[in-house]
Amino acid sequence: MHTLEIRDLVVALTETPDKPIVKGVSLTIKSGEVHAVMGPNGTGKSTLSKAIAGHPDYTITSGDVFLDGKSVLEMEPDERARAGIFLAFQYPSEIPGVSIANFLRAAVQARLGEGEDLDAVAYYKNLYAKMDMLKIDRKFTSRAVNEGFSGGEKKRCEILQMAMLEPSFALMDETDSGLDIDALKIVAEGVNQLRGPKLGVLLITHYQRLLNHIVPDYVHVMYDGRIVKSGDKNLAIELEAKGYDWVKDIAVPAMS
Amino acid sequence: MTASASTLPQWWLDTRAAAWDRYNAAPAPSRADERWRFSDVAGITLDGLAIEPAALSDSEILALKTKAQGALSPFRATLKHAASLSFINNRLSHSASLPGELTAKGVIFCPIEEAIEKYPQHIQTYLQKHDVALGSEKFTALNTALTTSGALLYVPKNVVVELPLILEHIATDDDACVYPHTLVILEDNARATLIEYFASAEPGARHFASGVNDLHAGAGAQLTYIGAQSWSSNTLAFQTNSIVAQRDARVTSLNVHLGGRQARHESHSRLQGPGAHSEMLALTIATGAQQFDQRTLQTHQAPHTSSNLLYKNALLDTAKTIFSGLIIVEPDAQKTDAYQSNRNLMLSDAAESNSLPGLEIQANDVRCTHGATSARIPAEQEFYLQSRGIDPAQAHELLVAGFFEEVLNKLENEELHAVLASLLQTKFKK
Ligand SMILES: Nc1ncnc2c1ncn2[C@@H]1O[C@H](COP(=O)(O)OP(=O)(O)OP(=O)(O)O)[C@@H](O)[C@H]1O
Ligand SMILES: [Mg+2]
Repeated sequence: MHTLEIRDLVVALTETPDKPIVKGVSLTIKSGEVHAVMGPNGTGKSTLSKAIAGHPDYTITSGDVFLDGKSVLEMEPDERARAGIFLAFQYPSEIPGVSIANFLRAAVQARLGEGEDLDAVAYYKNLYAKMDMLKIDRKFTSRAVNEGFSGGEKKRCEILQMAMLEPSFALMDETDSGLDIDALKIVAEGVNQLRGPKLGVLLITHYQRLLNHIVPDYVHVMYDGRIVKSGDKNLAIELEAKGYDWVKDIAVPAMS
Repeated sequence: MTASASTLPQWWLDTRAAAWDRYNAAPAPSRADERWRFSDVAGITLDGLAIEPAALSDSEILALKTKAQGALSPFRATLKHAASLSFINNRLSHSASLPGELTAKGVIFCPIEEAIEKYPQHIQTYLQKHDVALGSEKFTALNTALTTSGALLYVPKNVVVELPLILEHIATDDDACVYPHTLVILEDNARATLIEYFASAEPGARHFASGVNDLHAGAGAQLTYIGAQSWSSNTLAFQTNSIVAQRDARVTSLNVHLGGRQARHESHSRLQGPGAHSEMLALTIATGAQQFDQRTLQTHQAPHTSSNLLYKNALLDTAKTIFSGLIIVEPDAQKTDAYQSNRNLMLSDAAESNSLPGLEIQANDVRCTHGATSARIPAEQEFYLQSRGIDPAQAHELLVAGFFEEVLNKLENEELHAVLASLLQTKFKK
C-alpha cells in the first residue's frame, strides 16, 4: 500500500518563480484509487503533473510532494520514476532514432539492481504481451519512439510504457485526447487491467466519456491553479451538464 | 630510407624512394594553409616515434602475432564474412582466404606486398592514381614510402561478393607507427563490401597512423566501404580516402571515428561518369580532449551525377571537431545533384564544433545544397527519457545512438548495422 501526498503545492515556471501557475493544491492518492482531475484549459493541470515528475521548466516554490511519507523534491526526475511515479504526457516527445524496444529496455534495465542483467527473452515476451493487450502492432517495437506516430498511437504508446514499467502512481495527462472511440476503449481497458491494489492514478481529462470507461473514485475540479471542488463520479456528470462557468462561480467566493 | 623487403620489384622500390623524398621535402602542416584552418598543427609531432618500422626477429614477430589474437575486431568476431586479413604493427598476423568459388571467378583479396609482386598491373594502374589533395600529402607520401600492410581487393566484371571482406590494422607498444594502404578495384557491375578496422592494442599507448585508401568503382559497380577506427587515446592518426565512381556506379563509404588524441580524415569523391553516385557518411564520438578533423571534397566531373554527404558528430567534454567540406561542380557536370550536411550534437558546453561548408559551382543547371548545424539535446527529449527512470548518462547514450541511426539506416546489411551500433556504444563504456 503506497501513498502519494501532494501538500499545499505551489508551482511556477522556473524562469518566473514569482508568478505561480499552481496556487496551492493538496491531494492524497492511495494505491488502488483513481482520482480524476478536470478543469478548463490553462488551469495548471499539466503543470501540476509535470512538477510532480520533476520537469526542470517548473519550480515548486512552496509545499511538498511525499511518496510514502518521503519528500520527492530533492530527487532527480529519473529517481522519482524509479521510485514509482509515472507521467503519461499530454504531448509525448518524439525521440528520433531510438526504437521503442531499445528505449523500454533501457527503462526496464534502469530498474534492475547493480550487476543484474536484463533477461532479453522474458523482456520481449512481456513487451509483446503488453502490446497485444493494447492492440499495438508488434512492428512498432522497431519504430522510433513517437516519431511520426498519430496522436492516438502516441497515447497508446504511453500506456504501453506504463504497463511495462509498473509504477505505483500514474499521472495520466489527457491520455484520452486524440483517441477515437475504439482506441479510447482499448486504452481504458488497458488502464482498467493495470488498475488494482498496486496502482494509484491521477487522471487528467476534459471528457466525461472517459470516466464512463475508467470509473473514478474521486473527481476534483481545478480552476485557476486550485482545486475548487471535489466529489465522486457524479461530479463529472454534473460538470458535463453545467459547464465550467458553474465552478467559476464557486471559485470566486472561495478565493475571496 | 632503408628498403627492407628485397624481393619487391624495382619499380615499387623506386615509387617508395620518390615518396620518401616527397615526404621529406613537404612542409609540415601550417594554419596559414586554408586546408589546415582550425587544426591544432602544434599537436602534429612525430618526435620520438619509430617512423620506420624496425626489422624484427622471428621470436619478436611471434610475440606480436600472439598479441594480435587479443585484438580481434568486433566485425571479424561477429559478422559472417567472405575473407579476412589482419596486420599488427604492419605485419600480417592472420589471414582467412576467400572461398574457392570466388577465387575461381578471379576475385583477389591479398596483402598489398603480395599484390605488388603478383599483380603489378593493378597496382600500377590504380594505386594513388587520384590525389586526395586535401592537405595531408606529406603523410600520404610517408605511407607510400613505408607501407607494408594493407590489401588489394579486386573484383572482376559482373562478379558479386555477397559477404563482407574484413581488414584489421592493429598498432601495439608505445611509439609504434602503422601505414595501412588499401586498394579496392571493382570492375564494371561488380559488387563488394569492405570493412576496415583500425585499433590500438593498448588503450593509452602512443601510436602514429597514416592510412591511405583508394576506392575505384567501375561502371555500374556497387561498393560499400566501412572504415572504423578505435585508436588509443594517445594516437595521432591520418587517413585519406579517394573514391572514384564511373558511370552508374554507386559507392557508399561510412567512416566511424572513436579513438585517437588527434585524428584527421580526408575524403575525396570523384564522380566521373553519368549516373555515378557517392554516399559519404561519417559518425564520430568525440570525448575528453579529443580532436577530430574531417575534410571532404565532392567533385562532380560528369553530367547527371549525384553525391550525398552526411557527417554526424557527437561531442562531449572538451572535445573539438572540425568539418570542412567542399562541393565542386565542373563545367560539364550539368544536372548534378549534390548534398552536404554536417550535424553536431553538443553534449557539453565546453565542446567545440567547427563547420566550414563550401560550394564551387561552374555549371548552371545543378542542384547543390549544404548545411551545418550544431545543437544541444532538446531538453524535452532528455526529460522524457529521465521520466522513464533512465539516468542522464544513459539518456545521452541512447540519444546519441538515436542521432546516429539516420546514418546506420542507410546500410542494407542488418547484421553490420547492429555491429556498428554496438561498437559505437563501447565508447560510452570506457
Ligand atoms: N513551459 C511553459 N512556458 C510558458 N507558459 C507555460 C508553460 N507551461 C505552462 N504555462 C502556462 O501555465 C498555464 C497552465 O498551463 P497548463 O499546461 O498547466 O494548463 P492545463 O490545465 O494543462 O491546460 P490544458 O487543459 O489546455 O492542457 C497556462 O497559462 C500556460 O500557458
Ligand atoms: Mg494540459
